[in-house]
Amino acid sequence: MTTRKIEILVGGFIVLAIAAFLMLSLQVASSGVAGTGQSYRLHAKFENIGGLKVRSPVKVGGVVVGRVAAIELDTTYYRPVVTLEINNSYSNFPETSTLAILTSGLLGEQYLGLQPGFLDETVEILADGDYIEDTKSALVLEELIGQFLFNRGN
Amino acid sequence: MIADKLQQLGAGTINNVRGFGRAGIMLFGALLGKPDIRKGFPLLIKQLYVIGVLSLLIILVSGLFIGMVLALQGYTVLVKFGAEQMLGPLVALSLLRELGPVVTALLFAGRAGSAITAEIGLMKATEQLSGMEMMAVDPLRRIIAPRFWAGVISMPLLALIFTAVGILGGHLVGVDWLGVDGGGYWSAMQANVDLYQDVMNGVIKSVVFALIVMWIALHKGYDAVPTSEGISQATTQTVVTTSLAVLAFDFILTALMFGG
Amino acid sequence: MSDILIDIQQLTFSRGERVIYRDLNMQFVRGKVTAIMGPSGIGKTTLLRLIGGQLKPDSGHILFAGEDIPKLSRSALYAARQRMSMLFQSGALFTDMTVFDNVAFPIREHTRLSESLIRLIVLMKLEAVGLRGARDLMPAELSGGMARRAALARAIALDPELIMYDEPFAGQDPISMGVIVRLIRSLNNALNLTSVVVSHDVTEVMSIADYVYVVAEQTVIGHGTPEQLRAHPSPLVQQFLKGEADGAVPFHYKAAPYEQELMELVG
Repeated sequence: MTTRKIEILVGGFIVLAIAAFLMLSLQVASSGVAGTGQSYRLHAKFENIGGLKVRSPVKVGGVVVGRVAAIELDTTYYRPVVTLEINNSYSNFPETSTLAILTSGLLGEQYLGLQPGFLDETVEILADGDYIEDTKSALVLEELIGQFLFNRGN
Repeated sequence: MIADKLQQLGAGTINNVRGFGRAGIMLFGALLGKPDIRKGFPLLIKQLYVIGVLSLLIILVSGLFIGMVLALQGYTVLVKFGAEQMLGPLVALSLLRELGPVVTALLFAGRAGSAITAEIGLMKATEQLSGMEMMAVDPLRRIIAPRFWAGVISMPLLALIFTAVGILGGHLVGVDWLGVDGGGYWSAMQANVDLYQDVMNGVIKSVVFALIVMWIALHKGYDAVPTSEGISQATTQTVVTTSLAVLAFDFILTALMFGG
Repeated sequence: MSDILIDIQQLTFSRGERVIYRDLNMQFVRGKVTAIMGPSGIGKTTLLRLIGGQLKPDSGHILFAGEDIPKLSRSALYAARQRMSMLFQSGALFTDMTVFDNVAFPIREHTRLSESLIRLIVLMKLEAVGLRGARDLMPAELSGGMARRAALARAIALDPELIMYDEPFAGQDPISMGVIVRLIRSLNNALNLTSVVVSHDVTEVMSIADYVYVVAEQTVIGHGTPEQLRAHPSPLVQQFLKGEADGAVPFHYKAAPYEQELMELVG
């Protein structure tokens, strides 16, 4: 009957649309490290975060391990506080680790580079809610040029 | 002179407000009240076929070509900065955020919207709507409502298909023809496309456009002057009005989603 | 003459500035064929729409089996409409369904009968109008007369009490006109229907109607059985029945005297 044919075609249409959605969500958009799966949060204070944005990646040796979840301003010292969301499968960074705001390429986006530190009996592993103490702020080009000129003046 | 202009302005405004009122009443009448699943579902399936499946071909073909053109144009610019690995994100983001929902809505208005207006206008002209009313069947629920829902369901699905095919078309030109690295095409895309920010916002846009297109198309048909001239005018108006409304709402939605 | 199905009292209806009916009074007797005649463009179809509740009058009552149609709630109006049906001038068949599905439409919408029972009813109705063999055709494949008969089968599908015919004879060849005249009469007797026929085809109407209203100039100008009407004193009624070109309704549309206009052009 014709109704059957119509129903089959409509079914095919829906399946095609679902396939398109799956392709878009899995192949095109990486569902994101922070998007799915378990994660824990770390905080870090910087002098200057430059062009860092929410959802900028956190990388260890170039591998994305998490993303920036929030950027706030600490109202007592007026320093930016960045909250990181790190995937649970990377859960044993020592508290001696350092965090730097880096730029991918000359004109690229800014990201957080996490450098794992040394580990001995006195050093603890970073857990949910901890602060990374050792941070390097973003390089601000104007400040660099200013310093360069100032040094030459001396 | 000034009084005349003022009168024209006033009359125009009153007419527009009246039109809006009638359109609102129509939609209200169509969507209110409990839907009858037993009778409503087969009608919905039929309309999903007429509105969705029959629009599929034009969506597939246009999506493929738009993706291919995007890749070609994008490549010639990006290669100057040595940034051709950004081709994937360029194609994907343009399609997901803008071209997918907008072009689908415009094609949909031309393909399905005008057909719906003409069909309903003709049903009105041949007294089929009146006849139905006299048989104690509400044409708003029997005719308008299934078409409305079928359109609102179909369009986001069509936009998803359009976008996916477009990205494949971009791959075809960018990777297979121009020689951009295939792994880079997908990985740069994955690094820059966000499921919620980009994919979901595109779907939301598409749903809004579907509501607009279906509402206008159905109202223009239902309110058409029941003559051949009136129906042809209504059909033209559907395409013009929906296209303008979609573009205007695209700006508003883009400003709300990505502007801040 | 006591059992009145529809009683129209003091009906006034206007479209914009133009008054269509003023203080119209009519009665339609149960089980009879009542005709409404009048020149074109006086809103005879409008009257049927008023009875069906598709239009609301400015004032007055339209009592259908005791219920005042303009004052009914939506659901009560829809319930009342299930007891009446209307045959439109164009037939108004649904162009995307076969003849069978068209006739089955009201049954499927309003009852929960099984498909085999629906088939039985539909074939019976199609047999009554002589189109049982055309059940699988689409409306586009039917001639004008057949389309009207198919629509008639659909109109009687739910055995209504009242059936309203809007210009059933307009644009028909003599044969299909004869068929429809016979159908209206025989259905009326067989199903004990009340029929309202709106038309300006004098001979056909006079041959089947039990009672006739002649409507012009916003109100009823004459009524009675066909015999009574033929002897009606009103010149307008006589002109209409005999189809004279000039008379109470002048041949010329209202204009200034011809000589005067000619003189103005010359002078």
